[in-house]
Amino acid sequence: MKDILAELEDRRETARLGGGQPRIDAQHGRGKLTARERIDLLVDEGSFEEFDMFVTHRCTDFGMEQQKPAGDGVVTGWGTINGRQVYVFSQDFTVLGGSVSATHAKKICKIMDMAVQNGAPVIGINDSGGARIQEGVDSLAGYGDVFQRNIMASGVVPQISVIMGPCAGGAVYSPAMTDFIFMVRDSSYMFVTGPDVVKTVTNEQVTAEELGGAGTHTRKSSVADAAFENDVEALAEVRRLVDFLPASNREKPPVRPFFDDPARIEDSLDTLVPENPNMPYDMKELILKLADEADFYEIQGEFAKNIITGFIRLEGQTVGVVANQPMVLAGCLDIDSARKAARFVRFCDCFEIPLLTLVDVPGFLPGTTQEYNGVIKHGAKLLFAYGEATVPKITVITRKAYGGAYVVMSSKHLQGDINYAWPTSEIAVMGAKGATEIIHRADLKDPEKLARHTADYEARFANPFVAAERGFIDEVIQPHSTRKRVARAFASLRAKRVQMPWKKHDNIPL
Amino acid sequence: MFNKILIANRGEIACRVIKTARKMGIATVAIYSDADKNALHVKMADEAIHIGPPPANQSYIVIDKVMDAIKASGAEAVHPGYGFLSENARFAEALSAAGVAFIGPPVGAIEKMGDKITSKKIAQEAGVSTVPGYMGLIADADEAVKISGQIGYPVMIKASAGGGGKGMRIAWDDAEAREGFQSSKNEAASSFGDDRIFIEKFVTQPRHIEIQVLCDAHGNGIYLGERECSIQRRNQKVVEEAPSPFLDEETRRAMGQQAVALAQAVDYASAGTVEFIVDGDKNFYFLEMNTRLQVEHPVTELITGVDLVEQMIRVANGEPLSITQEDVQLNGWAIENRLYAEDPYRGFLPSIGRLTRYRPPAEVAEADHVVRNDTGVFEGGEISMYYDPMIAKLCTWAPTRGEAIERMRVALDRFEVEGIGHNLPFLAAVMDHPKFVSGDITTAFIAEEYPDGFHGVALPEPELRRIAAATAAMHRVAEIRRARVSGRMDNHERKVGRDWVVTLQGVRYDVTIDADTAGSTVTFADGATHRVASAWTPGDQLAVIELDGAPLVLKVGKITSGFRIRSRGADMPVHVRTPRQAQLAELMPEKQAADTSKMLLCPMPGLIVKVNVEVGDEVQEGQALCTVEAMKMENILRAERKGVVSRINAGAGDSLAVDDVIMEFE
Repeated sequence: MKDILAELEDRRETARLGGGQPRIDAQHGRGKLTARERIDLLVDEGSFEEFDMFVTHRCTDFGMEQQKPAGDGVVTGWGTINGRQVYVFSQDFTVLGGSVSATHAKKICKIMDMAVQNGAPVIGINDSGGARIQEGVDSLAGYGDVFQRNIMASGVVPQISVIMGPCAGGAVYSPAMTDFIFMVRDSSYMFVTGPDVVKTVTNEQVTAEELGGAGTHTRKSSVADAAFENDVEALAEVRRLVDFLPASNREKPPVRPFFDDPARIEDSLDTLVPENPNMPYDMKELILKLADEADFYEIQGEFAKNIITGFIRLEGQTVGVVANQPMVLAGCLDIDSARKAARFVRFCDCFEIPLLTLVDVPGFLPGTTQEYNGVIKHGAKLLFAYGEATVPKITVITRKAYGGAYVVMSSKHLQGDINYAWPTSEIAVMGAKGATEIIHRADLKDPEKLARHTADYEARFANPFVAAERGFIDEVIQPHSTRKRVARAFASLRAKRVQMPWKKHDNIPL
Repeated sequence: MFNKILIANRGEIACRVIKTARKMGIATVAIYSDADKNALHVKMADEAIHIGPPPANQSYIVIDKVMDAIKASGAEAVHPGYGFLSENARFAEALSAAGVAFIGPPVGAIEKMGDKITSKKIAQEAGVSTVPGYMGLIADADEAVKISGQIGYPVMIKASAGGGGKGMRIAWDDAEAREGFQSSKNEAASSFGDDRIFIEKFVTQPRHIEIQVLCDAHGNGIYLGERECSIQRRNQKVVEEAPSPFLDEETRRAMGQQAVALAQAVDYASAGTVEFIVDGDKNFYFLEMNTRLQVEHPVTELITGVDLVEQMIRVANGEPLSITQEDVQLNGWAIENRLYAEDPYRGFLPSIGRLTRYRPPAEVAEADHVVRNDTGVFEGGEISMYYDPMIAKLCTWAPTRGEAIERMRVALDRFEVEGIGHNLPFLAAVMDHPKFVSGDITTAFIAEEYPDGFHGVALPEPELRRIAAATAAMHRVAEIRRARVSGRMDNHERKVGRDWVVTLQGVRYDVTIDADTAGSTVTFADGATHRVASAWTPGDQLAVIELDGAPLVLKVGKITSGFRIRSRGADMPVHVRTPRQAQLAELMPEKQAADTSKMLLCPMPGLIVKVNVEVGDEVQEGQALCTVEAMKMENILRAERKGVVSRINAGAGDSLAVDDVIMEFE
């Protein structure tokens, strides 16, 4: 009997060593941690329960039957993050390069099925050379099975991908369908076709880092939501994100004890909006001063910076924030910012995370680039996302809310629950100058008259009161009391219920 | 007494004058430019009058506009503060013509002392020892070079109308004399509307010690001790104290009597300051007389108990001095630290922008110590590019110098300023500098002790330990809170451990925390224990901690697995990890910062005034590459090493942001 128990320990020992010490050392040499070390950092200490440690592949071609490492290149199981359950898979680059075989994929599918059934997030740590070529179509079938599960799990449990090594070819499409993708600078990359193929086909010379590194995907492609300095920081930040998210669409977002007075007054917000309407200011200051403990988890911070998206807490409860950023492109909406914000709004709506929208938007970015690339349909994504969202929606207009962009940014007309405006706001069809040039076209050549018309228009429309008279604004509020007002507003909406007409699903303009 | 006075100034000094006026029951009128519409002095005054666009030469120093404001407000007297019109004789004349009292000396005294060349002659005639120099006006750069050579290097090139370090340059050779003459002249023209320049011998290893005098219109004059202002950077005072740790009673008396004699020689009647250079043998030389209230006057007020602004107002009202020389007792020690909107990590370059956070330490006036903060800004206010970058004067007083310094250290630790670059860490470093602590300072202190600029502070080991103990306890509090999030699996909660690894400034401490209801006991691997008690909760940006019974104040920011801690001039990430996390973190590679050594980056937001080189030029180390104007100061950017210019990305007139690449080298 003792021998049998000892054998289990021996087998575990072997499995835990993955590809063996030399490969572990090589992994460390690349600045990367092993699959199991990463799990240690991701979940609460001692909470990881591993499944399928002894699974091996069944391939007998190309001499594969000679090497059948336990676990088959992926570590799967569940653990807790601050006591809340998560399912995890972590690809082991030291075992056959983390390549995906039919059994490797099966292990992933098993925990994804459990996650959906039991209502807990899935966190995938990707570090894989790709398909296991020796298995051929079996490997592809494995990918396909994972993809299908990503799709079925979408909107049911949060799915988070952490790219911590190569992720190339078809493999990229699993992370692509998850809710969030994080990367590690200098040690991770993602692309559909690698630099060699690119060179052969298009004759472009490009490095893997340029083609699909963290910089590319956080700044240019927007594939990744954030990049971190190393494995340790990335996993700590994933833990931080999970603290904001509900376990599934069956549960409310988590609530955390907080140490910040919901009625805190911030007098400095009274001077946030500059006197000069053309001067930018940093909307992040408002977000940080609104949030509990100035804690803000930004999503896609490096991309389309004219809009800010991320999570804060108010009275300990998760709130998704979407805010125009006057510091970049005057905070206008364009293709990138509309796409970025639309996806964020839809994520929040999937998982019952209330939405706070902070508005200072002069309109949509004009130009052929925008029109040729379909700003009409991309802009409509954000409009659609806000309109279909049934979570509590609170809007604060700080300054400009012009034209169609005003309507898009969670206006009353899109079933905004509570729409506030600061006294500095200007809710109008367009800026005073542009408007008078159209209304008083006859006086275009008379700058004096035009200036007078502009002044008249400003006096009449460059304020929140015309909209407030119509009930499009529920209340004009003092900037310094914004936190208090917004926190109370969300509190009043905790039992919000909305009935939507039956449909199979909507047809958002993709 | 006057019913209403106008303060022809802005910022902290306007606020300072308003406070005393209010105490005396006098109504106050502020003036303001467009940039100061929401400024503190405007809020504090009983009424405020707009006087024009932001640049001072279109508002605060336009005599006609100020006169109009005086007329409109019906003010009976004007306090000019310092700078601006405070030493402008034409302004004093205009006031006298309008029958408005000038809260300052008579026109004649301003004229005689306000011009540095004339004042030096008068001082010589009055038998005051002076520094050798050329008293005449200098026509051009060639003449400046010739005269500099005759006096002997190093020389000081100064704007005749200058002050506060503006329009002032030290030259050590002909090339610097030529360049310094030109930039002094430019700065003088733009700042004072007067581009006259003079040159004098630059006394090496000097201390800057000045005497506060107070005279009335009835022939009475006293001196209120001295102020040591040797801690200067580019001739701009940074730290002042009273009394000087260097003077003996005899020298003090000699300097004081000379100062009063000089003041009375020009029929002075107000508060004024006679500046001296004092060498290591306590020889003192007259430098100049400032016929106004000095920036650093609070330290004198703190050791004498005299409200100088009140005295100025009373003298202007024709009252005789109510105090005699015998009444003046120097009591205890006062230190002033000037908080500048200047980034110490970027060569003290001006920083402008919004004060997203501004929380000065609480003002205290107790028998054993005083904390006083003279300020003109507020949280949410704007530091504009148009005016002096000084945002506050933090003063402490205590019975002894050592105690006053310690009070200052604590006050600096508690001073929270965010949104702009500022010199708080540098001030903290000076307060801990052994030479400052011993009082062994000269005006070259900053240049000698920080020759390559300021790069933060490496804290001594005991201090690192204290911070490690405190942050470990804080981190544990934060982690316990995280583990209390809702939605936990019942009976499978995360158990926050006792063992932690703290790394800061390259040092690792393994600690164990035992918490009880009153605080935590932190045990280090070597067995040493520290007791930490604090009401800190996650999100607090200031941690006030009692560590082994002694106070420890930390500025706290959140970073991944730890805190950004600022304390005593240090600004550092402090990582707190479980032993397993720490073990794995040690496997992470150190990453190199991007190479910017072959680029000239714009060190501050500003305007390119001039580019001195072209593509293809070979430049020598130290050669001027271009001039950037920010906050009215011309800053010459120089080549750090020899090289060839390969690309120039900006030209004169371009407005640049911090770190914009101005030019690149091969």
